[in-house]
This record gives sequence, structure tokens and C-alpha cells, in this order.
Amino acid sequence: MGKGSRASVPPSSLKSATAASPLSSQHHTKFEEALSVKEPKEKLYWKGFSSSAKNRALFRTSYDDIMEEPPYFTLITTYISYIILSFFGHVRDFYGFRWNKKAFSHLMPSNGYAALTSDWDSFWTRNLKLRIEDCFSVPTSLVPGRTVNLLERYTNDYCRSFQYTGKLKEVVNLASYNYLGFAQSTGPCADAVEDVVRTHGLSSCGTRLDGGSMDLHAKTEELVAEFVGKEAGLLVSMGYATNSTTIASLTTKGSLIISDELNHNSLVFGARLSGAFIRVFKHNDPEDLESVLRDAISQGQPRTHRPWKNILVIVEGLYSMEGTLCKLPEIVELKRKYKFVLYVDEAHSIGAIGPRGRGVCDYFGVDPKEIDILMGTFTKSFGAAGGYICSSKAIIDHLRITNHSSVYAEAMSPVVLQQIYTSMWSIMGRDGTSAGQERLSRLAWNARYLGSNLRKQGFIIYGDRDSPVIPLLLFNPAKIPAFSRECRKRGLAVVVVGFPATSIVASRARFCVSASHTKEDLDFILRIVDEVGDLLNLKMSSRKALEMGMDS
Amino acid sequence: MDNPIISVLNSTLSTVAQGIKYVPGSDIAIDYIKNSYQNDPFRVVLELGLAIYAVKYMMSKKYRIDQNHVALTEKEIDELIAEWQPEPLVQPLSDVQRMELEKSQVIVGSQGVRPKVQSTGKTLLNLAAANYYDFVNMEHIKEKAIETLRAYGVGSCGPPGFYGTLDVHMQLEKDIANFLGTEGAIIYAQGFSTIPSVISAFSKRGDLIVCDDGCNFAVQKGTQISRSNVKFFKHNDMADLERVLESIRVESLANKKRPLTRRFIVTEGLFQNSGDIAPLDKIMELKHKYKYRVVLDESSSIGVLGKTGRGLTELFNVPPKEVDMIVGSMANSFAAAGGFCAGHKEVVMHQRLSGQSFVFSASIPAMLTICSSEAIKVLDSPKGEQLIKDLHNNANTFRNAILTGANKDAIDLAGDAGSPILHLRFPSEALRAAGITTRDEETFLLQEVVDEVAVKDSLLVTRAKYVDGQERSLPRPSIRISISAAHSKKELEKAAQAIKTSFNKVVSKRNRDKYGTNVGGKKSQTTLLAGAEE
Repeated sequence: MGKGSRASVPPSSLKSATAASPLSSQHHTKFEEALSVKEPKEKLYWKGFSSSAKNRALFRTSYDDIMEEPPYFTLITTYISYIILSFFGHVRDFYGFRWNKKAFSHLMPSNGYAALTSDWDSFWTRNLKLRIEDCFSVPTSLVPGRTVNLLERYTNDYCRSFQYTGKLKEVVNLASYNYLGFAQSTGPCADAVEDVVRTHGLSSCGTRLDGGSMDLHAKTEELVAEFVGKEAGLLVSMGYATNSTTIASLTTKGSLIISDELNHNSLVFGARLSGAFIRVFKHNDPEDLESVLRDAISQGQPRTHRPWKNILVIVEGLYSMEGTLCKLPEIVELKRKYKFVLYVDEAHSIGAIGPRGRGVCDYFGVDPKEIDILMGTFTKSFGAAGGYICSSKAIIDHLRITNHSSVYAEAMSPVVLQQIYTSMWSIMGRDGTSAGQERLSRLAWNARYLGSNLRKQGFIIYGDRDSPVIPLLLFNPAKIPAFSRECRKRGLAVVVVGFPATSIVASRARFCVSASHTKEDLDFILRIVDEVGDLLNLKMSSRKALEMGMDS
Repeated sequence: MDNPIISVLNSTLSTVAQGIKYVPGSDIAIDYIKNSYQNDPFRVVLELGLAIYAVKYMMSKKYRIDQNHVALTEKEIDELIAEWQPEPLVQPLSDVQRMELEKSQVIVGSQGVRPKVQSTGKTLLNLAAANYYDFVNMEHIKEKAIETLRAYGVGSCGPPGFYGTLDVHMQLEKDIANFLGTEGAIIYAQGFSTIPSVISAFSKRGDLIVCDDGCNFAVQKGTQISRSNVKFFKHNDMADLERVLESIRVESLANKKRPLTRRFIVTEGLFQNSGDIAPLDKIMELKHKYKYRVVLDESSSIGVLGKTGRGLTELFNVPPKEVDMIVGSMANSFAAAGGFCAGHKEVVMHQRLSGQSFVFSASIPAMLTICSSEAIKVLDSPKGEQLIKDLHNNANTFRNAILTGANKDAIDLAGDAGSPILHLRFPSEALRAAGITTRDEETFLLQEVVDEVAVKDSLLVTRAKYVDGQERSLPRPSIRISISAAHSKKELEKAAQAIKTSFNKVVSKRNRDKYGTNVGGKKSQTTLLAGAEE
């Protein structure tokens, strides 16, 4: 028991943090060279990254700044593009429904059955997304680390089906949520996980309450609670389910949930299951939140005007599509006045933000005790899977027996638990090395470096300046596949997102920076994005000059 | 053209036009309108009307959906806010809940047929875990998992749509589809979250779900989140299902104008809450007759029922392609993690974009994916056939041992023959005789059995757990037994006897306590369990 924690963790070096899987690093000498470059000292990175209020003020960005508007010309062409696309979509549908019945059979009633899916629901996915399917759901292999190995594939029927060549293409990875670079097949985490496979097996064979609780669960829960600074913690075997199965156990009919308009689907799912009344406020706008709160509390429940039982405000620490950090200090201020319960989803920010990697509280210097419920996932910074809820002991005890996942869903697998434990142990510096701290510093520096240089190049970049998620705005729908394909061609994997996942004009590419990227990687990325940006005419920011002045 | 209305309208219009002529500048406007609309007065009127409406709409006050809004001054609002006191988020735990927390066993080291528990440090015989084939301790699966770890790491670091689809995921999807005999399959990261996503991906507002009322919690939540119209039929009662379907048919005949909606029959293969097996053949008959799609939750039955473990379709000899959606879990018989949905290509394709917990969740770690693939491989081999046979034999051994021999009336057993999930309850007469009326008392009594067999007979059993207050209707408290192929016949027979004895003892003790405390004088009450007390 406890293998792979303090005793057996060998001192980690950055070499192991950045090494791609042994299989993959062989065929690209370019990357190997990049690996061997000597890193600057840790202290240097931290200049100006302190979370103290004074330093923070230097970087405080206004909401306008975070969401820069595109030039009118781009806006108009974007709308026109969508009109053309939907026109052709309708033409395709019109002919398809009449003369290509086989391909459209699931959209039409047949044999007394209604259509399997409504044609309107899938209009965009059929006519927009399917045509550029090669940019989404790209199958990969091996470790999604500094580089990722794409399965080479081609299509002969406009992305309806793909044929695989059986070859792998290694590209620099800006797509995976691997903030701290713990996605590794070697090093202390993998060693500890291997031990645990031998001692604990691969499954806990049951739910937490039905005899599926293992010693590792308790041990990891304790560590997680300590890490985020709360009394107690509860683990759930899936990140999505952490939200979707918990909220229903916290609120009931007569409660009010006030949710940020851009909250993740899992939060929406959970809120809808709970039966509570739901209101939304403008993305990351504490003023709007306050006006919603004032209205809700003074009016009470709809129709009956009875006071709400309680109010749960749900925000995310770091919004993964926008790269915006939630305005936690302002919201905590509101909490004092309006007595609501605050639920912060740190899926992307835990481990990735703050000088000690402890999320938005750490970043803003807010005491975690001020926040009632802290939720997060292990998929991103810890290279594992699943999620946690941390709160007071009373709330966690209540959740242990009412959270759907702990009563009905499989408990977390021992291998995942060990990955979480060892990676967190390292971030906390308990392994006796500075490897974890170094990862944090590198991530912060990398995020800053890439973000500010992209801004300097003149791209419209959304989000906070310290965010490891960097969305680069593309606007025109045709640029979505173009950007993705051009980058891939040049050896870079990026995520592109369009309508309906974003607003209709705000198609974007999203970069996830990792601590495993070296400076050479980032320069390589900047070079490619610069080239593709010129090719696609993406440098539309009107703040270019400002950026140059600010960062020089 | 001699329509009187038109001529009247025309004349009125021309009078109006005459009047307008006196307005300065009107000639130009009229000329313009006349030219642009080729002297079509209707169109001009219509568009003018629209223009006027638009202006009116813009000038009107802001529209509020909430008609019930009370206008308050800022001061009043501040007072109300200061006055408002929220209820605490959670209530203090009840006695049952506290017991639930304190009594749940923690396993030290590896899970398996004979795990070590933390509370006593003893090794118990596991009758609680869904570890049907003990794949969790199979060495070659472990080795394969370690190999995968050394190539893929642990986490997949992304949702399937964003570079989180691994080649091993695609392989597992193929393996599942081949194993079950469907066109395709899609894998989710958690078994429990699979079926709510599947149901809500297809069944939307206005659609119709006919659901077995004994279905597990995940199915219930799926029907709830879909916002469809949900009708329930009595658990496994095909006559009642037909009645519901017939009543819907009659209803829809009455108002023919409504468009054809999607209709689903949702049921569970092997019911987690009762150990019953759904009569799939009858369900398929009704499905074809009334044109419903079938969503079958095979979370507990996949790998378990049927001669080669292919689940209900094999057991009832139903072509798997005819069941529209087969949903299952890889956390039970495969001893890995995650869930899947198998079905037609379109069914799978649609979920890749609309299955919420597929799209928005990180994909399942590669190591656990490999475990499922390997488990399927084993099940598909002659060795697997033997394992499945052992499981069925073991389940029947345990069942028979409960149903026959000494103290056979002490337990009310639920669960069909061949099911490795069995629910043990107190017979209701016994409870009545012991004066137990509330659910909580019954729960405590069952927990006494659980505790006793753990200490005395080294058995790890568990009560079936539910979320009180969120289940549609709570099943009666029970002890849920999960049989494994790795149990030996002797162990199971011994365990069954021990559990029976304990059931009997606990009730008798309560009986004695009850009449013991009443000794005051009226001791003459008849004791139904007089014989059993000895």
C-alpha cells in the first residue's frame, strides 16, 4: 500500500517530463533536438507571475479586451458564408430527400417509425461538420504528450468514411489537455501505476457504497482535499458525471441555480436533472450576476413569490472555450452580500493556474474556504481521468450517500487513482524534488509566451493573459478546416471549433499549452501559425500596436 | 375581376390617395410606390401595415415574459435581500444515512473473490462485487494493461472529438460490435452515464417513452432528462405493456393531425434492482406490432446471460440487429470501466455528435479500454464458455441452497434462475410478526445480517443502495448478492446456509426483544415464527 508515493518515487528530471513516448520520439530528429535544449532557471520564469494583487493589477484586462470584435468586413463575410452554406445545405437536402433516399433514410419516417433523428437538429452537422470531418475526431495513438501521433487517414467520399493507411504522423500537440505534461508513459507516475496494477488490479468492481471502495480511494480523497484546501473530498470516476450527478443532490425544487451562460454542458445537464429553477447571467459579468441576484431574491419563486430555499451560483474557474478566468474576487464579494452558495468548476484551472497550481483561488489569492464547493477534474492537469468534489465534511458526507455516481456508478479504477496520487504528490513537492513546481512555472511561462506572441503577431486572441487555453479567432467558416489542415500539414495538431459550439461568428482554433512544450516547440508553433495566419488572412487585431508597446 | 369587395376597396383606396395628394411631397412618395410595385395596391397596403407594426413594436415598452413581476424600489429590494435567509444546503444525516457511511466496507489491496477489508483486516468471501469472472485478477490482462500503460500513459487528455479518440478505442468499438453482432458500437467513459445520454440523444421533447417501472436509476434519469412524455408499465408485465401501447395507439388515432413522433420502449435486460430478466421475445413482438424502437439496458446482462455471454439477444434468440439500441456497461462483467451503446450505423453516428456525455467528456483511459477488449477475447474463447457455464451453475447452486434446506422460509428471494444477481429480503410475514413496520427498521435489520455474516462467516455482502428521495419508487430493502464464476460450489452452499441462519436469527432476536420488553403481562401473543425461533 502506498507504493509509488513518497518512498518509491525517484527524483524526476525535466527530461522525463518532456520525453514523448519511446516509440514516437525516434523518427523526428527535429523534436529530439528541441528536447535537449537547456532550460532557463526556474526563478527567471516567475518574474511578474505572482498572484499578489499588485502584480495582478498590471495584467488586469477588461472584458472588452478579452473579447475583441472583428472588423466589419470579416463579420459580414462570415454571415454571408453561413447564408451560402445553409443555402447549399438546403439544396442538398432537397435533392437528397427525393433522390438519395438511402442516405437520408434515418431522417425520414419509414415503415411506421418516425425519423430516427430530426433533420433540422442535424442540419449543421450534416451540411457543415460532416464535410470537414477530417478536422474533428482525429484518431490518435500512443501518449498525447508534447507531440501526438495521428493515425493517417484519407477519404474518398467527402468524409463519410475514412480509410487508414496504417501509418502514424507525429505532430506537435496543441490539442490535448495536458497542461502539466503528466501524460507520460515513463517516469514516476507510470512506474507507480504499474506497481498498482500488480497490487490492486485494474477495477474496483462495484460502486463506492456497494463494496467498491478501496483504501486508495480514501487516501487519494484526503490528498485532493488537502491540495485544494477543503475539509473533505469525494472522487467520481468520470469528469462529466462529477457535475451531472452531483448538482441534483445539492438542490431541489424551490432552489435557484444561477449559472454562467457559457457553463459546460455537464453543469447544464446536472442542473436540469435537479428540478431547481435555472437562471443564467452574462458570461463572466459580476454586474449582471448581481442584477440577476437582486431580481431573484426580491421577487422570490416565480408565481408564488415565496422565498427561494437557497441559491447556488455555478461558475467555471477557467472557461475552456474562451480562455477567460472567472472573476472570483468580485463573485466572492457578492457572495458575502447575497448569501448564495458558490460552486466553482475548476475542470481546466486546477493544476494549471496559480503559483502552486491550486486553481483560481490560488491565482487570485482567495481563501478556498470562501468557496462552498470546489469541483475539478483529473483529465487535464493530472493526466488521469475522473473528477472530484471538495467541500465541508457535512456536504461531502451528504454527497457520499446521495451523489448518483457514488451510489450507482463504478468507482474510480485503482490505476487512475494512483496516477492522480503520484502526480499531485509531485505538484505539492512531497516527492522531495522541485519537478512539480518546475512544471507549474514552465506552464505559466509557456502560456504567457505563446499568448503574448500571438497577440503581437496580430491575431485576435480571446481570454485572459495567464490562461493556458488560448483561443485564436478564425470567424469565417471556411477558415475552420483550412486552418486545421494547414497546421496539420506543417506538423501541428490544433483543435478547431465552430457553430453551434460557439456563437455563429466566433469560430476559433484553440491552443492548449503544456508544460511539456519547450521554447523551441513554441517558436516552431509561432512560426507555423504566423505562416498559416498570413495565408488565411487572420491577423485582424486592431490592438497590434498596443500589444507591442505593452509587452516590450 | 368584378369582385365587389375588390372594387369597394379600390374606391376607398383611391379616396385615400386623393387625400394624400394634399400632403406636401406625397407625389414623389406615391410615384415611387407605384413604380416599385407595378400598381399593386394590396402589396403596398400589406407592407405599409408591416412597417407601421414594426414602428409600433419598437416604440412599445420592453416585453416581459414574467407577467407576475412585482415592481419594487431599490430600497425595498435591499430590505428583502437583507431579510432573506437561505436554508442550509444539506440537512444533517439521518440515522440510516450515518449507518450507511460508517458501515460501508473498504477493501485493502486488490479487489477479487477473497479481498481483505480494512475494518477487521480479515479476508472475506466476496458476494458483493460485480466481479463475475474475476477478470480483475487475470494475469495476462494485467500484463496487457501494463504494456498499454507503457505506450499510452494513463489519461487520454481530451474528449473524443478533440484528439481523444485512440486507436484502442476504435478497436474496442469493433470488438463490441462483433461480439454482439451489431453494425457498430460507441463507447462512453462511464457505465452509469451512458444510458441517460443515449436516451436523451434520440428521444426529445414531444417524443414518447414507454418504460418498465422496475428499471434502474440511470434509466429513470435518462427518461427525465430527455423531457419526453414518459409512460410506465408494470415491471416485466407484458400484458400491461400491451395495454399501455394499445391505449397510446387509440389515443393517437383520435387526433390524427399530430405528426408521427419517435416512440421508444425502454427496459433493462437483467434488472439490477430485482435480478429479473426481461422477456425480450415478447417485447420484440410488441415492438414490431406497434412500431416502437427498443432501448435495452444490458449493463448487468452483457457477458453474463446467454450461452456465450452475448446477453439477452442470445438468451431469447433475437437477432441483435433488430434491437435498436443495446446499452451496456464494461464495469461489470468485463471488470474494466465505461459503457457502450451498440446498434445501427446511424444510431452510433448520431451519438458521436449528440451523446452528451460522449461529446463533452474525456474519453476512457487506454489501459481500461484494453481490459475490456481482452475480457471480450476471453469470453469469446472456449475458456470463456466454461467460465460462463461456471457462473450459471454457481448462480443456480446459490439459489437452490437458499431455496431449500433448513431455514428456507427465512428469506424471500428475488431474481430469475440463471441470474448472478439475487436480492434477499425478509418475508413480509416475518417482518410483521416481529413488529417491523418502517423502512428504516427493515434496513437496520438487514444491516445486522450484513455485519453478522461478515464477522461470523467471513462473508462480504452488501445491502442494495439507492438514493432515497430521487428514485421514482424505492424498491424494498434487500441484500444484493453477486455471484462469481470464481466461487467454488462448496463456498456458495456454505455461504447460503450462513446467510439463511443469520436472517432467521436476526428476526427471531427481534421477536424475542419485542415480546421480552412487553413482558408486563400480555405475553400470550401468538408467535408466527415460534418454530423458527428455536
